[in-house]
Amino acid sequence: MAIEPTILEMRTITKEFPGVKALDRVSLSVKAGEIHSICGENGAGKSTLMKVLSGVYPYGTYEGEIVYQGEVSRFKDIRSSEAAGIVIIHQELALIPELSITENIFLGNEPRRFGTINWVEAKRLAIDLLARVGLEDDPDTQIKNLGVGKQQLVEIAKALNKSVKLLILDEPTAALNQADSQHLLDLILGLKGRGIASIMISHKLNEIEQISDSITILRDGKTIETLDVKIDGVNEDRIIRGMVGRTLENRFPDRNSDIGEVFFEVKNWTVQHPLTSERMVVKNSSFTVRRGEVVGFAGLMGAGRTELAMSLFGRSYGTFISGQVFKDGKEIQLRNVSEAIDHGIAYVSEDRKALGLNLLDDIQDSVVAAKLSKISRGQVIDKVAEHHVAEKYRKSLRIKTPTVQEGVNKLSGGNQQKVVLAKWMFTDPDLLILDEPTRGIDVGAKTEIYGIIRDLAAQGKGVIMISSELPELLGVSDRIYTIFEGTITNNLTADEADPETLLKSMTSAKKKVTQP
Amino acid sequence: MSAPRVEPKKSGGIRDLGKMFGAGQSSGRQIGILGALVVIIVFFQIATGGLTLDPINLINLVNQNAYVLILAIGMVMVIIAGHIDLSVGSVAAFTGIIVAISMQSWHFPPALAILFGLVVGAIIGAWQGFWVAYVGVPAFIVTLAGMLIFRGGNQFVGSSQSIPVPDAFAFIGNGFIGDFGPNTNYSNGTLILGLLVAIAVIWQEIRSRRTQSKMGSDKAPVWVSIVKLVILEAVVIYATLLFAGGRVGTSYPISGIILGVLVLLYSFITRNTTFGRHIYAVGGNWHAAELSGVKIRRINFLVMMNMSILAALAGMIAVGRSVASGPGDGVGWELDAIAAVFIGGAAVSGGIGTIVGSIVGGLVIAVLNNGLQLLGVGVDRVQIIKGLVLLIAVGVDVYSKKQGRPSIIGRFTRSRDINAALDRPDITPTNSAEETSRPPATTPN
Ligand SMILES: Nc1ncnc2c1ncn2[C@@H]1O[C@H](COP(=O)(O)OP(=O)(O)OP(=O)(O)O)[C@@H](O)[C@H]1O
Ligand SMILES: [Mg+2]
Repeated sequence: MAIEPTILEMRTITKEFPGVKALDRVSLSVKAGEIHSICGENGAGKSTLMKVLSGVYPYGTYEGEIVYQGEVSRFKDIRSSEAAGIVIIHQELALIPELSITENIFLGNEPRRFGTINWVEAKRLAIDLLARVGLEDDPDTQIKNLGVGKQQLVEIAKALNKSVKLLILDEPTAALNQADSQHLLDLILGLKGRGIASIMISHKLNEIEQISDSITILRDGKTIETLDVKIDGVNEDRIIRGMVGRTLENRFPDRNSDIGEVFFEVKNWTVQHPLTSERMVVKNSSFTVRRGEVVGFAGLMGAGRTELAMSLFGRSYGTFISGQVFKDGKEIQLRNVSEAIDHGIAYVSEDRKALGLNLLDDIQDSVVAAKLSKISRGQVIDKVAEHHVAEKYRKSLRIKTPTVQEGVNKLSGGNQQKVVLAKWMFTDPDLLILDEPTRGIDVGAKTEIYGIIRDLAAQGKGVIMISSELPELLGVSDRIYTIFEGTITNNLTADEADPETLLKSMTSAKKKVTQP
Repeated sequence: MSAPRVEPKKSGGIRDLGKMFGAGQSSGRQIGILGALVVIIVFFQIATGGLTLDPINLINLVNQNAYVLILAIGMVMVIIAGHIDLSVGSVAAFTGIIVAISMQSWHFPPALAILFGLVVGAIIGAWQGFWVAYVGVPAFIVTLAGMLIFRGGNQFVGSSQSIPVPDAFAFIGNGFIGDFGPNTNYSNGTLILGLLVAIAVIWQEIRSRRTQSKMGSDKAPVWVSIVKLVILEAVVIYATLLFAGGRVGTSYPISGIILGVLVLLYSFITRNTTFGRHIYAVGGNWHAAELSGVKIRRINFLVMMNMSILAALAGMIAVGRSVASGPGDGVGWELDAIAAVFIGGAAVSGGIGTIVGSIVGGLVIAVLNNGLQLLGVGVDRVQIIKGLVLLIAVGVDVYSKKQGRPSIIGRFTRSRDINAALDRPDITPTNSAEETSRPPATTPN
C-alpha cells in the first residue's frame, strides 16, 4: 500500500486553562484528502484541539507543534490559519442574520474594484459557490430567513471561497434533521473527492461510521487511539469502547411499570405565529400526560413541537388563540413563565446558549436561576445554600468542572446542557418538558440523561420529551405523539410504535387521532 | 466516565483581594482600576507637594463628587440591565428647582421637601421606565428625550432664574458631622464614624471567612486575611484622621455619609437579593431570563425608576451644596456618571458591572479632576485628559480581551498567582512556559 502523504500533524499538544488541563500531549495526524473524525465525551477536549489548530488559541498559548503541509506552523489568529487554507466552522454558527447570503460569504473578503465593493462580481461568485454546496436559494436572501441546515451550507460556501484545503466541522449536524444531515455529509464526501480534507467532530456515531476514513478518539484530554476504518472495521460499539473505556450495556434504561393517572391535560390548543396572523403553528391539539409517564413528541423540524411546548410554558411563543390546560383535574392559567413554574412546569429549551443560560453567569448562579425563592429568605439570597445546591447537582449529574464558581461559558457543550438540566430539576417540577435534551451530548452522558428522565418518572413526575432522534424517542418514551404541521396526527404506545409508523405519521395528516 | 482533572486552586492574596469587590468574573478588572486609583493619588500627592491628601482638599473632594458618585450607583444598575440613562443631569436639575420652589413658595419644611423631591424623582422614573419597559422604546431615546424635557422643564419652572434654599435644607449638601465631647483637636463625630467603619471591616472579614468555611470551599490562609485587614485598617485610620483633622467646623461631609450608606445598601441589593440577580440576568441574556420566570419588564421599569430617584437625590444634594438651584445645574453629569461606570469595569453590552467598581471608577475621575485643578491645569485640558483616560481604560480592557491576554495589572500579578490573575472567562494564558513549570496535573482514572 502506498504511503499517503499527511497534510497535518499535531504533535504533543498540551493546553491548560486555570485548574483544567484540557489537552495533555495530544497527537493528531490527518492524511491528505481524507475525512478524519474526532470522537470523545463531552469535555474531552475536541473543540479545544480544533481551536488550537485554527489559531483561536494562538501560538504561544499552548505547547507542542503543528506541522501543516510539511511546515511547522505558528498561527497567531484565525486569519493566519485561514490564509493557509484551514477553515473552521464552529459549534455555534457565526453568520450575521441581518445580512444576505452574498454579504455573509464575502464578509471581510469582499471582491473590490476601484476601491469599492464589486457586488455584481460578488453575486456572480456567490451563485457559483452556492451551486457547489447544492443550495438553490437566492443569494440575496437574508440569513435569518434560512433554516439551520441551509445556514450550515452557507458556512461551507464561505469556506470554499477562502480556498479551503482543510475544513474543520465542529458538530455540524447537531441541529440538523436527517435529510439536511445527509445532504451535508454527502457534500463533505464530495469535497473529499476534490481533494479537500475534513476534520469532523460529532456525537452522532452512525454518521461518523458512515463517512470517516480515520477516527481519533480523545478521552480526558488525551489521545486514546486512532482507528483506520478500512483496516480496523469500525462500528459504533467499537467507538464507544474507545470513548468511555468500556462497553455500554443498556443504552436505554428499563421503563417503570407503575404509570399513574392522567394529571396533565391540554385541550384544543391553538397558537398563532407571532408575526403572520393567518398562520397557525399549533392547531387544535389535545394531549395528556400521566404520572410517572414519559411522553415523546415526534415530528420533523418546524412541525410545531417547540412551538407547542413554549406556548404552553407561560405563552413564551406566538400568540395564544384558544385552548385549556388542566392539572390534577383543575383548569390552570399559564399566562407567563413564572405562573408556569409555580404550577410545577419546567421547560428545558433546545437552544441552551440563546435561551437556556446566561453565559456571563457562573455555574452556581445558573443552577438556582429559575427558582431563587427556594434558596432565599424574603428577597435575600442565601449564598451558602446556593453553593450547596450547585455542589449537589455537580456530583449527581457529574458536571465536569473544577468548581461551581466557574463561568458556564468555560464548560464544554455537554456540560452546559447538564447545568441547564440541573437548573430545571431544581425547580422541582411535576411536568418536565425536555426539548432535544441530548443535542450535542456524548453517548455516555446521553445514557445518564435517559437515566435521569427515568428517575424523575419513577418519582411520579410526568416528562415530555421532544426529540428528532427516533431511536431515543423509541427507547425512552412510554407513549409517543406525532405532530405534522402543527396538528397531532397520532398517539402510539411504546409497543405500537416503530420507526415506519412514526415516520408516516410525522409526514402526513391522514391518520385519525385516537385519544387514550 | 472519569473524574475531571482538577488541580487544587491556589488562593493567593490577590484573588482574595478580588473577593472584596464581590469577586465574580470581573474582579481582575476591578483590582486593576483600584491600583490605577492608588497610583493616581500618589502621583498627585507628590506633584502637588502634599496638597491632594490635605484635609481641606479631601473634604472638598468628597463634597464635590458625592452626587456624581450617587448617580454612578444608579447608572451601573441601568447599564448592567443593558440600558443607558442620559437624562440624569436634567432630572437632577428639574427636581432641584421644584424642591427649591416648594420651600420658597409653598413653604414646605426641608424634610418634607426632600421627601417630595424623591417622589418627583420616582414619578419621572416611572414615566421613563414606562416607555422603556412597557412600550419598548430604547432607553437611549427615552432618556435623550428626558434630557431635553427636564432641562427645559427646569428652565421653564424656574424662569431660568436661580432660586435659593434655606440652610436647614442645604445641610444635606454642605453639612458636616457635628462635633461634641472633649476637645481632642479632632472632630469627635468623625472619629467615632471611623471607629465604626474599622469595626465593620473586621466583622465583614470574619463573616466572609465563616461563609467560606460553610461552603466548604478552600479558605485563604489566615495570614492573607491579616495582611488584608492591616492594610484596610491603616487606610481607614489614615482617612479618619485626615477627615477629622480639617479646619474647625469641617469634618466628614453629610453627603459623603449618604453616599456611603447608599453604596452599602446597593452593593447588598445587587449582590445578595433576587432583584439584583434579576438585573444581571436581564442584561446577560434576557431571553434566558424570561424563560426562567424573570419578569423582565418589571425589572427594566424598576431599574429606570431607581435611577431617577437617585438622580433626584443627587440633584437635591447639589442644590444644598450651592445653597441655590439654578438653570445650569447638572449639565454633563450623565457623562461623568457613565464614564465612572465604564472605567469601573462594566460592559457596554450589559450583564457585567459592580457598584464598588463604579465608585472606584468615579473616584479616578474625581481625583484626576481635582489634582489637575490643583496643578493649575485649565478646564479645557482637564476635559481632554478625562476623555483620554476613559478611552484608554476601556481600550486596554477590550484589547487585552481580544488578544486573550491578561491586562497590564493581570500581567503584573500573574507571576505570583497565575490562577487568580487568569480567573476570567475571556482570557487565555499567553506564555506557556510559566504554566508548565507547575507540576503536571494528576489524572485520576
Ligand atoms: N475558556 C476556557 N476556560 C476554562 N476551561 C475551558 C475553556 N474552554 C474549555 N475548557 C475546559 O476544557 C475541557 C475541554 O473542553 P472542550 O470544549 O474542548 O470539550 P469538547 O470535547 O469539545 O466537549 P463537547 O463534546 O461537550 O463539545 C473542558 O473541561 C472545559 O471545561
Ligand atoms: Mg465541543
